[in-house]
Amino acid sequence: MKAEGTVFRYEDNVDTDVIIPARYLNTSDPQELAAHCMEDIDADFINQVKPGDIMVANKNFGCGSSREHAPLAIKTAGISCVIASSFARIFYRNSINIGLPILECPEAIAGISAGDRLSVDFDSGVITNVTTGSSWTAEPFPPFIQHMIQSEGLINYLKQEVLS
Amino acid sequence: MSMTMSQKILAAHAQQDEVRAGQLIMADLDLVLGNDITAPVAITEFAKFGVDRVFDTKKVALVPDHFTPNKDIKAAQQCKKMREFATEKEIENYFEIGQMGIEHALLPEQGLVNAGDLIIGADSHTCTYGALGAFSTGVGSTDMAGGMATGKAWFKVPSALRFHLTGSFAPWVSGKDLILHIIGMIGVDGALYRSMEFTGPGVESLSIDDRFTVCNMAIEAGAKNGIFPVDDIALSYLEEHCSRKPVIFAADEDAEYEQTYEIDLSKIRPTVSFPHLPDNTRTIDEVGEVKIDQVVIGSCTNGRISDLRVAAKILAGKKVNPHVRAIVFPATQEIYLQAMDEGLLKIFVQAGAVVSTPTCGPCLGGHMGILADGERAVATTNRNFVGRMGHVGSEVYLASPAVAAASALTGYITNPETIEEN
Repeated sequence: MKAEGTVFRYEDNVDTDVIIPARYLNTSDPQELAAHCMEDIDADFINQVKPGDIMVANKNFGCGSSREHAPLAIKTAGISCVIASSFARIFYRNSINIGLPILECPEAIAGISAGDRLSVDFDSGVITNVTTGSSWTAEPFPPFIQHMIQSEGLINYLKQEVLS
Repeated sequence: MSMTMSQKILAAHAQQDEVRAGQLIMADLDLVLGNDITAPVAITEFAKFGVDRVFDTKKVALVPDHFTPNKDIKAAQQCKKMREFATEKEIENYFEIGQMGIEHALLPEQGLVNAGDLIIGADSHTCTYGALGAFSTGVGSTDMAGGMATGKAWFKVPSALRFHLTGSFAPWVSGKDLILHIIGMIGVDGALYRSMEFTGPGVESLSIDDRFTVCNMAIEAGAKNGIFPVDDIALSYLEEHCSRKPVIFAADEDAEYEQTYEIDLSKIRPTVSFPHLPDNTRTIDEVGEVKIDQVVIGSCTNGRISDLRVAAKILAGKKVNPHVRAIVFPATQEIYLQAMDEGLLKIFVQAGAVVSTPTCGPCLGGHMGILADGERAVATTNRNFVGRMGHVGSEVYLASPAVAAASALTGYITNPETIEEN
């Protein structure tokens, strides 16, 4: 599986309250949530994002609340992949559980700017900055999580592994 | 092989003699929690399992606490979805308005948390229950759905940081100041993916409410869980609230910690987190003149009876500054009643504060105390992110109930040591 898109670039500690502010959590409709994704720190994001685009951030992306609405809003907005130096742990779990590809690659972050074209190969973990020509390899997921991704998320995995 | 306290609880629930940091395990759950924001998403996911019932009707807790009493039609629809699910699946621990409280104060009070339990909750502050020697951690809605269907969840066994406490607090210093101090020291990702284990002779000087506050905010340092040893103070709380026999796990003496921090509690000063991250801390002596518009006393972090007692002690016989809106939220109905019996609610109302029914409302900018552009609040809550309590141009300063109450009187962030008691 591969993704290619234009980069939206963010800094450290992007929290779930700015990914999707709580004032919109009175719904769980993915389209409605996506319409407000990132609006408190990047009001133009939702007008500019195109299907396949990629979010890149520094450390501790997704810190704060456990709201799964955050990765859901990002995914529904059309983002194909989030790359960060590190992720907050609940956001990390939630992304895997709902099938939003995320990659931790601290080495790559400094070499990626807003507006760059990026291509990502999820099988090899190779991230290529098409604009600058640089490339990096992210840590692959452990086999347990790869298995869960191949099962298309937590629910199918648990159905196969626990309930059957 | 030696294990931390957290690792021992995980090992026991995965039916393994030992686990090591980094290992991925599937473990049995003692309790699965959700609220009116996260449970509706989990209920939709639960339907995909194709099972008729939850794994155990006694081990699921559903608490409509965030946007309740229903703040608008959409919130009412979400609550209705959760209420109908609770009825249909015969969930025993559904807490309707009237019995409801803020989930992390309510569950221990209702005896649903025991020492040695493994608990997941679709709310990041589920880590609160480590105060009672449980391993509890926040997850998302899909994990909650999986937990409700199977009684299991996957975990990556965490490594741990140790906080070795000595001494005891000076007057007006509390668990809130300790955890803000720690977050300021290690950063908002200082404990990322790890356990925070609190040990040492200083533990016995911390009340159970202090410990709830400390564990509650472990997530604000990125931690997977925070946990205290089970001592007489924890046992006495459990005896009063929980009918199950406590299961006590203790860290091995030679357990491995990535790092040990020595903390002398007597040196902790009243501490304030400035916008817009909990690790942006200053001691009260470094705050300077910060004018405020609102004070919020309550939440899963600081809405317990001892928090209200401290606030009442400062507000008794005085008046809230006319330029400040002061809002007090007892965390549960039981705490509300106790505060009524002790005369605390009267003190708040006479001082000119508003007393609200239990709700998470203002903490996450939901309702019941939203800030306008440029406004500042001192709050005993847990997060001060951009826009957390309202307008993106507003600011939240995190502090203890003592600092919050003192600030309500003056209209500036104020050292409680400077307030003369009546």
